[in-house]
Amino acid sequence: MDYSIRLGGEAGQGIQTVGYTLSKVFSRAGYHVFTHQDYESRVRGGHNFFQMRLSDKPVTGPREVIDILVAFDHESIARYEGQLTDYGQVIYDSRSLKKSYDKSQFLDIPFEALAMEQGGSRIMANTVATGAIMGMLGMELDILLGLLREAFHRKGEEVVTANLNAAMAGHDYAVRECVRCSFALAPAAKPRMLISGVDAIAMGAIASGCKFYSAYPMTPSTGIMDYVADKAKEFGIVVEQAEDEIAAVNMALGASFAGVRAMTGSSGGGFALMVEGVSLAAMTETPLVIALGQRPGPATGFPTRTEQAELLFTLHSGHGEFPRVVFAPGNPEQAFFLTHKAFDIAEKYQIPVFIMFDQYLADTQWTLEGIDLKELRYTDYRLRAGALSTLKSYRRHLLTENGVSPLGVPGESRHLVVTDSDEHDEEGHMVEDAETRIKMVDKRLFKKLPLIAQEIAPPLLYGSAEPDVIIVGWGSTYGVLKESVDAMMKEKKIALLHFSEIYPFPRNEEPGYLDMLKNAKLTICVENNATGQFARLMRAEKGYEFHARINKYDGRPFTLEGLIGELNAHMGRL
Amino acid sequence: MPTWEDYKGQTPAWCPGCGNFSILKAFKEALIELAIEPHQFTIVSGIGQGAKLPHYLKCNTFNGLHGRTLPVATGIKLANHEMRVVAVAGDGDCYGEGGNHLLHAMRRNIGLKLFVHNNQIYGLTKGQASPTSMEGMKTKNQPFGVFSEQLNPMALAVAMDCSFVARGFAGDPGHLKGLIKEAMAHTGFSLVDILQPCVTFNKLNTYEWYRQRVYHIEAEYNPEDRAEAFKRALQWGERIPLGILYRNNRPVYEERISVIKDMPLVRQSFDPAKIGITFKEFY
Repeated sequence: MDYSIRLGGEAGQGIQTVGYTLSKVFSRAGYHVFTHQDYESRVRGGHNFFQMRLSDKPVTGPREVIDILVAFDHESIARYEGQLTDYGQVIYDSRSLKKSYDKSQFLDIPFEALAMEQGGSRIMANTVATGAIMGMLGMELDILLGLLREAFHRKGEEVVTANLNAAMAGHDYAVRECVRCSFALAPAAKPRMLISGVDAIAMGAIASGCKFYSAYPMTPSTGIMDYVADKAKEFGIVVEQAEDEIAAVNMALGASFAGVRAMTGSSGGGFALMVEGVSLAAMTETPLVIALGQRPGPATGFPTRTEQAELLFTLHSGHGEFPRVVFAPGNPEQAFFLTHKAFDIAEKYQIPVFIMFDQYLADTQWTLEGIDLKELRYTDYRLRAGALSTLKSYRRHLLTENGVSPLGVPGESRHLVVTDSDEHDEEGHMVEDAETRIKMVDKRLFKKLPLIAQEIAPPLLYGSAEPDVIIVGWGSTYGVLKESVDAMMKEKKIALLHFSEIYPFPRNEEPGYLDMLKNAKLTICVENNATGQFARLMRAEKGYEFHARINKYDGRPFTLEGLIGELNAHMGRL
Repeated sequence: MPTWEDYKGQTPAWCPGCGNFSILKAFKEALIELAIEPHQFTIVSGIGQGAKLPHYLKCNTFNGLHGRTLPVATGIKLANHEMRVVAVAGDGDCYGEGGNHLLHAMRRNIGLKLFVHNNQIYGLTKGQASPTSMEGMKTKNQPFGVFSEQLNPMALAVAMDCSFVARGFAGDPGHLKGLIKEAMAHTGFSLVDILQPCVTFNKLNTYEWYRQRVYHIEAEYNPEDRAEAFKRALQWGERIPLGILYRNNRPVYEERISVIKDMPLVRQSFDPAKIGITFKEFY
């Protein structure tokens, strides 16, 4: 069982609402769910889609084939009819599309008329459609009805009742009329967790004691600010919408200097404005976590679409030489735990740490078995009132064996906390002499680097232990790469090597990933960018050159069918 | 009570005769008279000659980047609103590079005290025009004279309804000290523009030039009359008013944030136990 449902329509028609509701119903029913979205940079009109996969086995990437297409506009039919499976079905409302389709795969359901009949308004056509999809799948409505009660109880009993009736009307209509529907769902199981990449990053921050989030809205990073702001009161977090990204990063540094865990987030264009702040974080050794949501550039590019083209920019952002850490999670679970690790490392070593994601990962929802909160480790590395007061003297940039100086909180004792963007002495006052300069560079950079490098986990290996073919990727492509390997495993000794902790580049402990790559007959680096930035990084760091590269730079994510096709095209080289 | 000795910092690297010396002196005297101890406040400064000030006294210090004093100071204030946070910047720093931040700090009315060492010239980079250089002033980079209209920080601040707007003069440190004390006592955002002769690069706006023009705003002046304040803020040239031009009691930003109502953010503990409850939303 592996069904794909695509909801297509104009912005403003509510396909997101239907999509979020249905995916929640499926995950509560215990199915594995994967959803992704494709939308334009507009609030009304245009054409968007929301796609869901549901299965009784884990699903981790988008498919091209469609089993149920819900067409809220003509565009959906024109574009996707050809992607229907043999038993695929289109549902639409001929009165709102003002057109009828006389084909066996098309089922005309009067979404609006049924909504009106149930005492609702036209807006409840979406609830009718949601009920209809569940009817087509042969699902009972109890979970949906519960969700609708949760969603509408504040609007009063009348609205709740109308929505429940609308859902039932759609459901019953589909059960009665969809003669071709032959979908067979596996039995329901216990509810699963359903979480998006962007919510996972936000939760990861909250679960790490982030107390301050400043940002300027920019797709696809805005979701983090939305989520943290929603939880601000509950968890005691100050969220500040800054006047620009320069202010955002500097505010986060100010808050961090003052003694709280702080974070900022943006996309490439906004991050371009922040880079002087990255350098400032480094010089003042102020802990900082930056979430960077990539989208296609240059400049404004495709504002609502996806790309992995900021890797080298991030690695080299900020003037001067200093240590940094770059993470690129592959799914919401990694996003949660790597955000947690980012906060720990940023504070432990007093450096900037990046969480790189992209529009695709931000908007995808995955079902997880759950997140084990026992794996969280919260260590407060700052010196606060008690510990700081007992010190005889305090120097913010004290030269130490491991390069890490005591991170005192200003105002909590009589000790002064002084730092400077100029080169400075141990106390934090500006200096000009060469001797201090060398000692400070050694401290900030060379002493810390080997310790930071030890924190970095090796890449994840999945599939064959002695592979002939190795597919390599980083960040958000993890899921689609993993499923491609699953699909090709029967015929090939194939493995996936996925990098989510990217910099400092993972060490190659013998026998390591480099040996495995060297022993393979075919290695392919797959990236959602034009120039193969990770492949270039691998060459620079390890002197290793992949046999082949697959690059996609149309602003869209890889699909399972598309990627397997491209991978197979390379298999002739074996 | 802190003493003069408690505030002895590093030796200033300013030119002899620089207006910054008397600003530093007035600032130290104000702190001593207000009985603020070095660890009880933080100075955030940017880049410029005036921005070196925190090194020349004793206090918590974040000497950051050019133009970025106010965002860093805002972050500190939001994280710990019981900390007195002072921003020290120059005219290039605050009215040029960081102009946008100034507008928004005034909008927020966050409780920062901003002291602008306004010498109407770029000192650190050796003599280019600043946003407050007067039209027609010739410099190495503006050999035909400055064409742009001079930025008027006082009129800008009154227009933005900034909650404390004052002007001082480095050549009148006693009066300046009083303004600094008033600004420190004000709860909202305070802007004190300090006319500061640059003896090396600004040969136009000298001590003498200022002395011939400045006057103390009369005692009967009502700084709460915004229209009158705007008129006064426009005065420049023949007569330049010194003192509190404008003051209001707009709500202070940090007092409106419910999360920090009972305790500064920095002292609030983190309770990971609540995470489990929140995770239930994802089921």
